[in-house]
Parts: sequence; structure tokens; C-alpha cells
Amino acid sequence: MTTELTAEDINNLNTVSKKLRRYVLKMIHNAKSGHPGGALSAIDILNVLFTKIMTICPDCESDKNYLNRDRFILSKGHASAALYAVMAHCGYFKEEELLTFRKLGSRLQGHPCSNKLKGIEISTGSLGQGLSIGCGMAIGLKLDNINSKVYVFLGDGELEEGSVWEAAMNASHNKLDNLIAFVDRNNLQIDGSTEKVKSVGNVKAKFEAFGWNALEIDGHDFNEIYKAINNAKLSDRPFVIIANTVKGKGVSFMENNANWHGKAPNDDELKLALEELK
Amino acid sequence: MERECKSVRSAYGKTLVELGRKNKNIVVLDADLSCSTQTKLFAKEFPERFFNVGIAEQDLMTTAAGLACTGKIPFVSTFAMFATGRAWEQIRNTICYSNLNVKIAATHAGITVGEDGASHQALEDISLMRSIPNMLIIVPADEKETIEAVKFAASYNGPVYIRIARTNLPDIFDNTYSFNYKKAIKLKDGSDVTLITNGETLVETIDCVKILSENGINSEIIHVPVIKPIDAETIINSVKKTNRVVTIENHSIIGGLGSCVCELLSEIYPAKVTRIGTKDEFGQSGQAKELLDFYGLTAKKLAEKIIGIIK
Repeated sequence: MTTELTAEDINNLNTVSKKLRRYVLKMIHNAKSGHPGGALSAIDILNVLFTKIMTICPDCESDKNYLNRDRFILSKGHASAALYAVMAHCGYFKEEELLTFRKLGSRLQGHPCSNKLKGIEISTGSLGQGLSIGCGMAIGLKLDNINSKVYVFLGDGELEEGSVWEAAMNASHNKLDNLIAFVDRNNLQIDGSTEKVKSVGNVKAKFEAFGWNALEIDGHDFNEIYKAINNAKLSDRPFVIIANTVKGKGVSFMENNANWHGKAPNDDELKLALEELK
Repeated sequence: MERECKSVRSAYGKTLVELGRKNKNIVVLDADLSCSTQTKLFAKEFPERFFNVGIAEQDLMTTAAGLACTGKIPFVSTFAMFATGRAWEQIRNTICYSNLNVKIAATHAGITVGEDGASHQALEDISLMRSIPNMLIIVPADEKETIEAVKFAASYNGPVYIRIARTNLPDIFDNTYSFNYKKAIKLKDGSDVTLITNGETLVETIDCVKILSENGINSEIIHVPVIKPIDAETIINSVKKTNRVVTIENHSIIGGLGSCVCELLSEIYPAKVTRIGTKDEFGQSGQAKELLDFYGLTAKKLAEKIIGIIK
């Protein structure tokens, strides 16, 4: 495996990320509700993970790789639009279905629901639970000698949940070298800056103190994301990638603005945003 | 009356070992109470399949959920207070919402926790578990039933809550007993009143019935090992005969077996129900037997109360 992306790879990833961002905005606009800010900050990492890193099984149980698939847990379940967008792009379901997001009877629930949508490993939405779930999956895979990785995607505000740190201890205690976590460090939560609401502080030092390997990267730089994950896969202990990101990334008026945590764009805002993402 | 009592917790631990020998997918998790819950028996024989997450009940439940996602059958144990209270939301949003194959076998439920007092006496656990969709709830009454309930849980696909007593209990069922999660058990026919109970209060109810009989009250006993899904048919058929119901439980009368029976009857066959359990109050320290007496759950106290309301 090469650890560098080619110029062509990066070009393709750029094109796909723009498409995924357009999907996210259209879905949330159409649903008249949702969480654009944290979905847009997550997109580039999800794009690299699903299209360049993970063994995925869009056909689910009927896929020959199903048991050996890598596992992905969206612990910050409110970024569901980003996950659905990348799943549709990868062929888990038809892209037309994206516009059912948050509608009555849809498989695309406001927060991911594994009983409704195949390919979602486990339901999430209530913050602070994904990392422990990841520990359980990582232990289970080790018991069966399956070499897959477990990827857990956390928000930075989510780190205020104490249960995250119960899980962080669990992972290092059990030497879960098959567990890789991301922290989407966009520095914003609903009520404002993470450092003003309840200081999350030095995330890297905190995880290192809990026995993890940690690396801080630019969460919108495809090469950095790609290299960090390949680095993490070789770790002898649980690995966290602290991805410095921009909430609302890609849409000028949404960037770094906590007001876009959980608000849908209106018709004019959508038009403006889509213009920027051409 | 004195009779041989057996540790149902020990029966739980031994059954886990037996299941573990037959099925390598059985895994066990505990939160620093493996001596009290008796999961230490499994830990000793299968250390590679036992996970002590430390004093971290939220991590306990969600780690079990992750294990279930990989095809394991996790049995999770700690005290009922912390299993259902501290980690309620993990059980609700992660285990039950995803309908995962996690078995929560909680010990030290009810007032009979004893000397540790109110902070450790879960009087709300059934109530908390009963309101979550997909959860199946078992409250076994003796050693044999505990063993069968645990074996059933391992074979059933979906979340299960098993409430295991701290106290040692006398045998009620013999080797012919077979567990059917869809059936309540009529242990005695009667015509004057239907007594509905489960768990530790079944033996008190059986003894109480003898006192009632001496006082001319012919009571029917319905044992409900599975509170959810409840066997409506057996209960309603009994009440159609007696038209008078008393529920008896080592739990708050809010949200437990008594509530469950009231909900059922009020919609299908309204009848007068008296709920005996702890009231809207916390417990306190004391010996298990003293506490049962104080809260009116011994055979003698039950009989006094029932005679008072029937006659």
C-alpha cells in the first residue's frame, strides 16, 4: 500500500467531497432540519475512509467480504447526512433515496438507525456511546482473529461526556490496536465554542495520558488524512486522529459559525451554498 | 419455617460456565463486582472471554453492545441499581434501539439487598427496563428457574434483563420444570383471590396462602417469571374466576409487576387490584428478612393485609 495519494486521487477526492457536500445541503434543506455544520466538517474524512481506506460491503450480508469488513461507528450521530451521502456514493443505496432524509417512513432517520438501514453498524445519536461500542467490536473481532479495523468518529463537544473517557481507558487497558478514533475538532458545539462551554483542552495530551497514540492533522487535507490513517493502522495500541476541521466547511457563510450546528438552509441560502460548491 | 436455601447468584455463575463450555460466543462482562455477581466463576474458566471494565457501567453496557455486533452473546452483570440506573440510556439507545443480543443479568435487586441501604436497593429496575421497547424481562424465583432463565436468555435472540436476587432461596421447582417465556405459571387453584407475584416474593406468597387457607380464604397463585412480554391469558383467566387481585413484589408498586397487571386488566377485564410492594419511598439498611417484614412482604404480613382486604 502506498502511503501517498496521487494528484489524480486528490483531484477525485475533491470532486467527490464537493458532491457529498451538495448532497448534505440538499438533504437538510429538503428536510427543513438537520445538522449541516458538523456534517460538512466530517465529509473529507468520511470520503477518504469510505473510498480509499475501508473494506466496505455496500451489499451487506450478501457481500463476500462481509465478515472481514471494516467497521465504522458514527458516534456523533447528528452528522448522519454526511454518512448517508457517502454511503449512497459508495452504492449502499440509490442516491435518490437521500431526499427521504428525516421524512416519515424513511430509512434515513435523523440519527442513524441500524434496524432501518443496512450498512449502519449500530444506531447512534446519543453522544458519548460510540467509543465503547468500538471497544466491544474491536474485542469481538480479536476473539475471532479477524483483522478488520474499527473506526469511531467522535465530535469534539462529545468529549465532554464522561463515558468517552471510560471507553478511552477500556481501549488502552485491552490493548485494542485495531481501534482507530477520529475527533472532529471543529471547536464548536451548539451553545458556542467548546472552550467557552466546557474546555475540552488539549485533546492529544488527554488521549496520550489515557494510553493512546495520537496524531493531530488538518482534517480537510486528503493526504494528511490518508497518511494518518495508514499510520494508525500500524499502531501497537488504540490510535486517535485529532482532525482540526472547520464547522460548515465549504460554505463561506456557514464556516466557523455555531448557528449552523442544527439549522437548515432556506431556498436562497441553499442556492448560494450550491454555487460555492460547483 | 426453616428450610434449605440456595444461592441463586452462584447458580447464575455456574450456568454461565456451563454455557461457555458449549458455546464459544458466550462472553461475560462485569463492572468490578464479579465476586458479588458470581461472574468470577466464568472469569476463572474463560479468562479470555471475560471482561472486567472496572467501575464504569456506561462502558459496560456499550462495550457489550459492540461485542453483540460481532456475533458474541454477552452476559453483563453488576448490581441492578447501577445496571438499570446509571446505564439506562446506554441500554435504551444502544442495546435496545439496535435490538442487540445483550443479556443483562443484574443481581442485588430489591429491598433484600439489606444492610447496604437505599443507595444500593434498586426498587425501580423493573419499571426502568419495562418501558424500553424490545426488552424481555425475567424475574426468577428459585435456583432451578434461574438456571433455566439464563439458558433461555442465551438461546433467545434479543435483549434480556434477568433480575437475580441477592438472597438465598429455597427450591420451589423440581427437575421437571421447563421455562417457557410466554407462560405464567398457576401454582395453585383458588376461587377467592388471585395472588400474582414472582422472584423472591413467590416463596413468601406460597407460605402466605397456607395462612389464608387456615382463615377460610381460597387463593389462586399465579407466578409471572416473565414480566415482559406478559402472559395476559393466564392472568385474565384467573381473574375472571376470582374477580379480586393482589400483586406482590420486591419492587416499588410504581412501574413494576403491580403496575403491569393493572395496565393489563384495566383495558381487558377491570377488577380490583391491591398492589403490595414498596410504596413511593426509598429503602433503608437492615437485614433482608427484617426489611421484608418492615415493608410487609413476609408471608405473615402478606396474610394480615390480604385477610384485611378480603374479609
